[in-house]
Amino acid sequence: MRELSAVDREILAKLQGEFPICERPYAEAAEQLGISEEELLQRIEHLLADKVLTRFGPMFQIEEMGGAFVLAALASPEERYDEVTALVNALPEVAHNYRREHALNMWFVLATETKSGIADAIARIERDTGLAVYAFPKEREFFVEMKLEARL
Amino acid sequence: MIDEIDRSLIVATQGGLPLVPRPYHAIAEQLGLSADEVMRRLKTMLETGIIRRIGAVPNHYAIGWTANGMTVWDVADEQVDELGTRIGALDFVTHCYRRPRALPAWPYNLFAMVHGASRDECAAKADEIRTLLGDSCRGNDILYSTKILKKSGLRISR
Repeated sequence: MRELSAVDREILAKLQGEFPICERPYAEAAEQLGISEEELLQRIEHLLADKVLTRFGPMFQIEEMGGAFVLAALASPEERYDEVTALVNALPEVAHNYRREHALNMWFVLATETKSGIADAIARIERDTGLAVYAFPKEREFFVEMKLEARL
Repeated sequence: MIDEIDRSLIVATQGGLPLVPRPYHAIAEQLGLSADEVMRRLKTMLETGIIRRIGAVPNHYAIGWTANGMTVWDVADEQVDELGTRIGALDFVTHCYRRPRALPAWPYNLFAMVHGASRDECAAKADEIRTLLGDSCRGNDILYSTKILKKSGLRISR
């Protein structure tokens, strides 16, 4: 984990959304940050290389395209954890996967282009791992706003 | 719904925007479209919610949010919507959903994600939720994540 400069912090605080759609969006965003277009491009490149950012670009909502996004979990035996992780992560439909402390110790999000793709992905994981998969589709969304500022 | 051109735009940008002064022009060139069409379509996708937002997607661990707890709650079905709305309104809750139970293994129907620099900070936030729920809380747990196993985001294929 590396220290972030004041400018990097500004980028994280102000650029988690509202990146412009125009001919020179980096120049426009850089002006608001008080830096040059070139400096912004370099800093984003470094933040990506250092894995402070996982991505810089659009975040899509697959449900709005007719697809589905479902949280699921399984209980992997500890001695098989790495193997099961590899099997689960091998599916392109697995968008995120987290280890959590619970009997259900692997929690992942399936993103598929069609609603029926979820059942197929779950069946595939159950077949590949021999483990039961629990699906927790959202029935209602009360709030989603994942914009956290840097606190280092 | 999206057409083939939108789809090609998603495939071209889901890994990130090109880091060049004119990124939308670069995408246009790659896809054989005009830059105006690329920008117009992206704006439409933003308006319709297909794109939630455009910008930096941080690794929360790397920016100091090293603890995250998925707090889960068992509340009565007839109360879950009212309570979920109130919990979702707490400023420290980043996601809040109603989800099905999976009995007997999983009795919880309300999920609220909290983040902190430490587990203590997450636990304090969970306590606030507990207080808000009062007697409506029939059971709860907090699942801390100990490792990101994958975080690629959405990936659709061509």
